[in-house]
Amino acid sequence: MIVKEPFIGDASSNCLREATNGLSCSRRDFLRSAAGVVLGGASPFLYAGPASTRKVIVVTFGGGARDQETFAPAGQENIPYMLKELIPQASFFTQVVNRGVLGHYVATASLATGVYETLNNFSSTPPQHPTVFEYFRKDLKRPPTDAWVVAPSNGFSRIGESESRRYGPGWGAQVILPKHLLLAAMSGGTIDYEHLLRDNYETPLFAPQLKGGEFEFRQMETILKLSVGDFRSHAKTLSSPDELSVYVVQQLMQQQAPSLIWVTMHDIDVAHTGAYSLYVESVRRTDRLCAELWKIVQSNPEYAGNTTMMILPDFGRDSDEEAGGNGFQHHRTGDPSSRTTWMMALGAGVREGRIYDQPVQSTDLVPTLGSIMGFQASIAQGRPIQELF
Amino acid sequence: MLPRDLKPEQFRTYPPEARKLAVNNLRTLQQLPLSFLPNLLSEIIELDYKFPVERQRISKEIAMLGSLAPAQMHEWFGSFRDLSLSIKLEHLDWLNQPAQFVEQLSAHLWSTHQLDAFRKAAKEYGNRLQAAVAPDQPVIARLGIAIIGQGLDAYDGRLFRDLREHGTFFSHINPENGIQQLMKAVAARAQAHPVPYAHWYVEGGHVVEHGPMLTHVSYQALEAKRLALLNKMNAEIKRPGMGPVELRTILAALQPADVGFDSQEDVVLNHFQLKLLTEGSGTQVFSTTFVQWTAREALRRAQPLTLLVRFGPRQRQRPMNELLSNIDSHSEPDLVGSLVDADMGAYYNWINQQRLPGAEYSSFIAWFEGSSRAVALGPPFARGATSSATATLEELASWAVG
Repeated sequence: MIVKEPFIGDASSNCLREATNGLSCSRRDFLRSAAGVVLGGASPFLYAGPASTRKVIVVTFGGGARDQETFAPAGQENIPYMLKELIPQASFFTQVVNRGVLGHYVATASLATGVYETLNNFSSTPPQHPTVFEYFRKDLKRPPTDAWVVAPSNGFSRIGESESRRYGPGWGAQVILPKHLLLAAMSGGTIDYEHLLRDNYETPLFAPQLKGGEFEFRQMETILKLSVGDFRSHAKTLSSPDELSVYVVQQLMQQQAPSLIWVTMHDIDVAHTGAYSLYVESVRRTDRLCAELWKIVQSNPEYAGNTTMMILPDFGRDSDEEAGGNGFQHHRTGDPSSRTTWMMALGAGVREGRIYDQPVQSTDLVPTLGSIMGFQASIAQGRPIQELF
Repeated sequence: MLPRDLKPEQFRTYPPEARKLAVNNLRTLQQLPLSFLPNLLSEIIELDYKFPVERQRISKEIAMLGSLAPAQMHEWFGSFRDLSLSIKLEHLDWLNQPAQFVEQLSAHLWSTHQLDAFRKAAKEYGNRLQAAVAPDQPVIARLGIAIIGQGLDAYDGRLFRDLREHGTFFSHINPENGIQQLMKAVAARAQAHPVPYAHWYVEGGHVVEHGPMLTHVSYQALEAKRLALLNKMNAEIKRPGMGPVELRTILAALQPADVGFDSQEDVVLNHFQLKLLTEGSGTQVFSTTFVQWTAREALRRAQPLTLLVRFGPRQRQRPMNELLSNIDSHSEPDLVGSLVDADMGAYYNWINQQRLPGAEYSSFIAWFEGSSRAVALGPPFARGATSSATATLEELASWAVG
């Protein structure tokens, strides 16, 4: 009864390690043959000028993608842009393990704090520990306009700023929720776009009320310098919320040129509906959007040459073999496939075409960003991948 | 309350068969740790609505637990007892709402980083249980069939990519009367081995004529129930303070009659179908998801000897620009997307079938409806092979079952 998976899978630490190593090896072998990159060796990072001029963009390749549909041989057709355009310019980490809770908000919060957060995935609450934005702004005395989050859903509205007393209020990032902007821009119409505004795919039952009003108009007009009409017109040319997020990021870069941008992609999480074709289509779209974002970076003089971009999924999805799950559809089992992902770093200060097999944890991201940008992530559990520097 | 405090009268809200089983085995239940018992109770409380195979399995499991000596009991459940639970969990009504407790327990295990320890304990328990209570072998070799691509005339892309390495790909199938031939083979098995809930036909599109002895589930036939459920969900979502946990609790308490199932019909099947809609994600809106999930649950729970599933076209997911421009193409099906979904669904059907006893003798056929392409897996078929032999579906089914 209780064990629905008596024959397959083992989440004991040793087995988890063995399985994650296996995933890592398959990614490495594939990349070496397909993209012509070489095994790491030296540090992935190089000196790239003073930290004060560095800009960093973090992209979460979300929500949750497996090797089968990305870096495994069968998945390569879904990621042509990463494979052909980005990987050759990147340092690639084959084994990023998330040992925390596998819900998108809590996992993204963990990525942003460097601590495995335990907050309620489905409530709009701030992270318990200081975020990367607070470390960055307080340590480096940066203004509020220098750190931004572009996030997919209502549940992410509090991710910019923790409840930490040492940091917290006043030191966080500003958060733009493109769906809120959209709701504000489209208000008054009779269009059925409820599905588009759905907050979260993890449970179709979670659909808190979205707000769209004065604050969103102000963001559009004063921050993004967009009229409601322009925003609405452009939104009508886009196929998905993640495309809208990239558009917002582009505007943000043009108008505010912040040093730290965190953009959370979420289209892939349509997998929770169980439609494999929609999941794969979203993986392909996210792959394309990552490349487009990198082109936007290169074409913006404020960013070209001094920007480091980090791309990583918040976590994976359940393997086909895990009886407790239902394959790609969810990320509920905590099996190696759902816990093990990858990360690529590219741009300023990063060695090109390198693969690193050393296991890193999701919580290592923030201390690593600290090493790049010059702040101390003092409460983060992870450690800088900078030890590889 | 802790398990040791259980008393017979506390099971008064359980349905008759469930209450009888629990009370007759109360001493055993009292000895189980709280990190384990509600999982078992969540099965027991549903006993009256479970398939015969499930009832038998639960009864055997409890009987086996009752036969354990104290030292064995300690050995079997030591890892579960080592898990740290909260006072809040102890105060939940795990006796009457065991499924909700399990959900809360899961959240607790995740947040306290004990999930891996729980999974390890659960796996060890499963292995011990399997060794102590050997699963019954099927009376005949299982046969699974997946028909994909309903409504799509042609598709040039590669099909059955994941299944091919485990079986033989047939490139020259004669598709004429293919569905009827497969239905006939399934009906013959049902007639030869008339075991309740042992032979299934799951349909995602238009229902075809089928044998009366088949257990039949259809996405279209459930349309009124699906809409009733979606209406209930939407109404609940709009209530202040409603969250996913609260809504799941409400859905878990739903009875078949609440969404329009006829109480005079098959009670067991009604409960099964209700759970497909209340527990499955996407089953309410996408027929491909519904069919795959139905097959998964039928295999896991009823362990059928024969399972024929026919995927149908699902509705198209409208892109953002269409939604914002108010272009109405809502009812338009996504035929190619449905084929891709079904191809993966067929693979999952096979994986789930192979988890059942007798897997080494089981066979599986997947066919792109109306086409010459099929794949067959099982003892008679070579792995990773391709055959250009001309064959009918009737012949393929015949080879599959030997």
